Amino acid sequence: MNNIEIVNLKTDILIIGGGAAGCYAGARIKEEDPKADVLIVDKAHIKRSGCLAAGISAINAYLNPGVTPKDFLDYVKKDSEGLVRDDLVYTLAQGLNKATHWLEKWGLPFLKDEVGNYVAKGKRSVKINGEHIKPIMAKAVEESGVEVLNRVNISNYIVVDDQVRGAFGFSVRENKFYVIQAKAVICATGGAAGIYKPNNPGSARHKMWYSPFNTGAGYAMGIRAGAEMTTFEMRFIALRTKDTISPTGVLAQSFKAKQVNGEGIEYQEEYKKNSTPYRLHATLEENKEGRGPCYLDVTHLSDESNHRLKRAYLNMSPGIVLKWADGEIEPNQSPVEIYGTEPYIVGGHSQSGYWVDSKRRSTIAGLYAAGDVAGGAPKKYVTGAMVEGEIAGLDALDYIRGRDFVDLSNNLINKEFDRVFSPLEKEEGFLPEDLEERLQKVMDEYAGGISTNYRLDEGKLIMARKELRRLKEDLTRAKAEDVHQLMNLHEVIDRVDVARVLVEHLLYRKETRWRCYQERVDYPKKDDENWFKFVNSKYNQELDQIEIIEREHIRLGDLDGSQN
Amino acid sequence: MAVKIDKNLCNGCGSCKESRCMAVCPGNLLYKNEDNQAKIRDKRECWDCAACVKECPRQAIAMYLPAEVGGRGSTLQAQDFGDKIVWKLKKLDGSIEEFNIQNKLLFNSNL
Ligand SMILES: Cc1cc2nc3c(=O)[nH]c(=O)nc-3n(C[C@H](O)[C@H](O)[C@H](O)COP(=O)(O)OP(=O)(O)OC[C@H]3O[C@@H](n4cnc5c(N)ncnc54)[C@H](O)[C@@H]3O)c2cc1C
Ligand code: SF4
Ligand code: SF4
Repeated sequence: MNNIEIVNLKTDILIIGGGAAGCYAGARIKEEDPKADVLIVDKAHIKRSGCLAAGISAINAYLNPGVTPKDFLDYVKKDSEGLVRDDLVYTLAQGLNKATHWLEKWGLPFLKDEVGNYVAKGKRSVKINGEHIKPIMAKAVEESGVEVLNRVNISNYIVVDDQVRGAFGFSVRENKFYVIQAKAVICATGGAAGIYKPNNPGSARHKMWYSPFNTGAGYAMGIRAGAEMTTFEMRFIALRTKDTISPTGVLAQSFKAKQVNGEGIEYQEEYKKNSTPYRLHATLEENKEGRGPCYLDVTHLSDESNHRLKRAYLNMSPGIVLKWADGEIEPNQSPVEIYGTEPYIVGGHSQSGYWVDSKRRSTIAGLYAAGDVAGGAPKKYVTGAMVEGEIAGLDALDYIRGRDFVDLSNNLINKEFDRVFSPLEKEEGFLPEDLEERLQKVMDEYAGGISTNYRLDEGKLIMARKELRRLKEDLTRAKAEDVHQLMNLHEVIDRVDVARVLVEHLLYRKETRWRCYQERVDYPKKDDENWFKFVNSKYNQELDQIEIIEREHIRLGDLDGSQN
Repeated sequence: MAVKIDKNLCNGCGSCKESRCMAVCPGNLLYKNEDNQAKIRDKRECWDCAACVKECPRQAIAMYLPAEVGGRGSTLQAQDFGDKIVWKLKKLDGSIEEFNIQNKLLFNSNL
């Protein structure tokens, strides 16, 4: 490891992850205070990193005329069985339209009607040609004066005297170790895919909905540093087109597809609710009862609409266009089969993540969380993630005032250096890929993956807990042959830390609050009397113990910015 | 999902250390080999985001569906013209469907 160069950097505000939340945070901080030094570090290149790499087809969180922030909150609550952080959802809703206008100002094409209004896709959604959203954001960041360091994977926070003072990272291209000191840190690393066995095998295994390169690093770093996490048990499982795992909203909303079962019957009305988890639940039930497969029926489309539908998919999920071509059909010749994906941990769709206050401050001083990595506020999508970045960034500007850098001990630096690079020294050892598959198999079989119809019970979860402990041990005996594989190994290490916290959360909530996402076979009913509260956790690294903390629901009236 | 890189078209983006496709892959999956040709480390790691397909100035990269999920040989290629992107979907019978999509506003004075 003597050929590894140590690079020391200093910045006022460090943003980890230049996705939707990180880019907007950076640009808004610089707009507010051009003198502040801001550094975005990303494991990829921010031109095409994270969830937005392929593009998107709609701004899914926008308040169309007549919709208020309170309406947005009411909708999110209804869709999430009432239990969300009202204060977080509300403060995020207040900034959605401003964030949307910034995207347009930066050059994102919005579809407009004759009088120049955005074309609504639904009450809270507008249509765009979003293929280029990520390069457009990256350019805006560059022009704002934010510094960017691409291809550096952040591995842990620098914590001194219970405050976050920066972060450690390593280059995924060169032999370099980074020690980045900062007065405040914003974590915006997105959520976690790859914890469960994916839908597809072999060379299609990364054909998944969430980005396979968002591997829960932000959660894992927070867990290791002892930050409080919330609601990991509310996993997110998406209802998507089968095999190609493409989004379905465009079919259902923009092209008015009917959701039908194998008998051609619209089945959703037969179920209690029409919320996001219930649409998935209903589809699974139809399959279970022998009325599958289920489809989104687009056979009513005109030939001209076929082409438009494919265009919409090219803007965000090109795979399905190939599927039609390989099937030698046009979209209107056959309904599109739909199915559930593997579970993801993603605070922007469900609400797993850092426990933050309304300023997006985590429970560790100097550390903020925004976007998919932040908890308590489901359905934030691109614009919601952006707003959280903005809120965090503007508060961080206040926080850094009068603060200075501290001296770091060699001991602290050497410890992380060894943790990061020692796998490169090993001649023999497990390969990251093998341990990744073991993690996915354990989670699939014992912690409610696709193969068990997402259902959970205590006996199996306890098996998962045991297996994960052993896996964590085995990870200390894994090797990496180059820095790319080293990144892969740290991705597995991070995912195992996330999975262990997830399993404790799943064990703790003894009710079924969110169908499919958190469905306990042994506690099949929703129990508002005992469980209308948040399940939070904190990890103690010395003892290797995960402590569970219960937190009361926070109502909108409590909107005073204080940490509950 | 995966991409294939046409050896005859790829020129490694010249002598630069980091070619354009390498720069953008969100998974760090592309590299240049000794022959100055772009290669994918492991096609099983590809997400099918098509970032590399759109970035290549020589249209050397095509995307296809893996056989595991029904891929049978059709391909997608793209060319970025600055304010619009043109996709070419090559079907099994050899025919090509073209899509012309505005992806950027070059001037935006109404805001
Ligand atoms: C396929 C797909 C389609 C979507 N379509 C839509 C849509 O049409 N409309 C809509 O409104 N929303 C859509 N969303 C949701 C939206 O993309 C996300 O909510 C949003 O991107 C979240 O922003 P983020 O900043 O939290 O995460 P991301 O945008 O994913 O950014 C996370 C960043 O962190 C970086 N990173 C991760 N780990 C590390 C590390 N260890 N070190 C350094 N950097 C790291 C990543 O490379 C990435 O750049 C879609 C999401 C997906 C996955
Ligand atoms: S961008 Fe195109 S030409 Fe350049 S290295 Fe990649 S495949 Fe080759
Ligand atoms: S399609 Fe995306 S993930 Fe696959 S090689 Fe190209 S840039 Fe990388």
